[in-house]
Amino acid sequence: MPRKSRKANRRHPLATVVLIAIGLAFTGGGYALFSSTTTATAETTVSQSTIDEGEKLFAANCATCHGMSLEGTPDGPSLIGVGAAAVNFQVGTGRMPMAMQGPQAMQKPTQFTDEQIAALAAYVASISPGPAIPDESLLQADGDAANGAELFRINCAMCHNVHGAGGALTEGKFAPELTGVLPTHIYEAMLTGPQNMPVFNDDNLSPEDKRDIITYLKYLEANPSPGGNELGSLGPVAEGLFVWIFGLGAVIGLMVWLTAKSN
Amino acid sequence: MTSTIDRTEHGSSAPADAKPAPKGGGFTGAAANYLDERTSISAVVKEFGRKIFPDHWSFMLGEVALYSFVVIVLSGTFLTFFFQASMVETHYDGAWIPLKGVEMSAAMESALHISFDVRGGLLVRQIHHWAALLFIAAIGLHMLRVFFTGAFRKPRELNWVIGFMLFVLAMAEGFTGYSLPDDLLSGNGLRIIDGLIKGIPFIGTWTSFLLFGGEFPGTAIVGRLYTLHILLLPAILVAFLALHLVFVVVHKHTQFAGPGRTEKNVIGYPILPVYAAKAGGFFFLVFGVIALMASFFTINPIWNYGPYDPSPVSAGTQPDWYIGFADGALRLIPPGWEFVWLDHTWSFNIIVPVLALLVLLGAVAAYPFFESWVTGDKREHHILDRPRNAPTRTAIGAAGVTFYAALWAAASSDLMATHFQLSIEGVIHVVQAWAVLGPFIAYFITKRVCIGLMKKDREIVLHGYESGRIVRLPGGEYIEVHEQMDEYDRWKLVDFEQYEPIMLRPNAQGKITGGMRFRARVSRWFFEDRIAPAQQRELGHGHDDTHGELEGGKGH
Repeated sequence: MPRKSRKANRRHPLATVVLIAIGLAFTGGGYALFSSTTTATAETTVSQSTIDEGEKLFAANCATCHGMSLEGTPDGPSLIGVGAAAVNFQVGTGRMPMAMQGPQAMQKPTQFTDEQIAALAAYVASISPGPAIPDESLLQADGDAANGAELFRINCAMCHNVHGAGGALTEGKFAPELTGVLPTHIYEAMLTGPQNMPVFNDDNLSPEDKRDIITYLKYLEANPSPGGNELGSLGPVAEGLFVWIFGLGAVIGLMVWLTAKSN
Repeated sequence: MTSTIDRTEHGSSAPADAKPAPKGGGFTGAAANYLDERTSISAVVKEFGRKIFPDHWSFMLGEVALYSFVVIVLSGTFLTFFFQASMVETHYDGAWIPLKGVEMSAAMESALHISFDVRGGLLVRQIHHWAALLFIAAIGLHMLRVFFTGAFRKPRELNWVIGFMLFVLAMAEGFTGYSLPDDLLSGNGLRIIDGLIKGIPFIGTWTSFLLFGGEFPGTAIVGRLYTLHILLLPAILVAFLALHLVFVVVHKHTQFAGPGRTEKNVIGYPILPVYAAKAGGFFFLVFGVIALMASFFTINPIWNYGPYDPSPVSAGTQPDWYIGFADGALRLIPPGWEFVWLDHTWSFNIIVPVLALLVLLGAVAAYPFFESWVTGDKREHHILDRPRNAPTRTAIGAAGVTFYAALWAAASSDLMATHFQLSIEGVIHVVQAWAVLGPFIAYFITKRVCIGLMKKDREIVLHGYESGRIVRLPGGEYIEVHEQMDEYDRWKLVDFEQYEPIMLRPNAQGKITGGMRFRARVSRWFFEDRIAPAQQRELGHGHDDTHGELEGGKGH
């Protein structure tokens, strides 16, 4: 009999409704859980006053091109969804605000203090979620340099050169030199793909991979070439120029000295 | 201390004090006597020890090439003790942390081993590479010296061709060496060569597969290039080098015009003791310069490039400077020169630059024969031209240098773009215009400059140079006193050949052929703008004792 009653419950008119409710609860809850883990780092404790200060700074310095509500204008792209990481990179490296429209935004001394940059980033992140400023634990340059070097050669070197010395792109754009760039900014550049750079999201290069790439670049900075001065790490062109000017120059100087007549 | 050697019969011009070796020379004398009695080497020493070389700094460029080559051989021998020319896969486990555990070929692994774990290995590697760059640079400059001073004229045309072969062999040596470490840079370079070969119609793909032992990159190329690099090419190079030097001895060295210098003598210092000491010392100076560069400046940091992998290409990937002109030629070709016709892909973006390079190199090799055809000059020339005194040749040389420079610059178009904040397309377009128009502009400017300088020389010879001294004559007239040159200086300005265009005359059959007309036209183009050297009768001074020699430049 109980078996029969259970069977009867299963055929209860409301059983379908309950099932759908359970299914929805699972997918919805799961989605909420999942999306909150991906944006968890963005939910750092930011006070409303910081966001308000960021809003004021944004209105004064950025809104002319990006619009009062980040919607973008013909002079600048929409910033909805770019996240705190993009703001920290662009403003923190001095690229934004731009001095002028050109092939690409140039690096220059930063215009804002760290607090102001943080406020701007918090404001932009508060409008819509996006990639967050990376966690300190990924920026210690303590990963696997060999893995980072390999990933760098495969993903980065075609524009930035194997030694991170930079390289040319089309129409006057260029991939900048990476020596001396802060780990945060390297990470954020990979995460947000500023200017002409492609985005390397976490499925493409995992956070650990990004950490390894930073490790490699910082290893190169800490370990200058064992062969002596690197001549800008530009490769054979710099070497050829050097041998013609200084190598052959020195030898010709010696030749003139050897054949000079004594006075 | 200056000696003269007679060109035609130098054997009989030995000074009278060539007595048998004095007795009692101690151990050295005894040893020399011992050797001489068994080998008759004194005849050789006498012959070579009295060879005269004129003194001019530009005559030592070939020596620089020779000494760099010696350094290359010495350092290269050391490298062969440790280098493994194998593409067997292995994993790096040496001192350079960013490559630890990375899969690579045995060649790359051993090159890294030389760099980081062999005592002195990195220094020797860098000496080898810097010496190679200096070697080819010195060859290039030496060729320019020979070209612009006309030292390739009879009897030295064949030695020019041998020297040209040495230049090509040196480039081949350089490129094979560049490809050996099997790092990313060398692999990218080989990929371009592979593309060049595959771009040749019909035979390209077959040739590429033959060279690489299958599809690029295969597992054979490093071993094959190694055999070429350390066996075949050096053997041919040394043979040509020996021939080149034998010809220098046979022809004797050229000299610039000067008092007492004629086509029949050489004025300078003898090899023993002056040049033996100078040249020996100079070897160590060149070695020293190379060693200093290798000690303080990194060259080809293969540890940055990492092992070759066909997928990555680094920004700023260029060949070494001497292959730059080929890379530049490829970069200068506008897009869209590739099409399919008769079921074949015709890569004119490859064929055209390859042909352009072959034409350029062929023109360099053939120039002496062209010039002797144009001038119809069958005489021997041992007195060098000042470049200004051969305006058309100098202008042709300047045009060639400009064209080469354009190709060369194109190879670094990306670095010019980044370092001068230009767009790479703009750089390429400017260099394209430079490559096409530059040679003509350089030709006309150089020719006019040469002729202007010749006019100035003539003016100075005839009227002296401005002294800056203003004199007021009794009548109130002011004149600037022109001072005459002394005879020694004047000699250099008037002692050069005077050529005239070939006259169009009927041949033995009484006919004027089309070929003759063409030759006469080319000859007229070559010599139409010419300045005659000042003649003695124009000088207006009584220097009758030197009259014959001053007119000797007339060439009749």
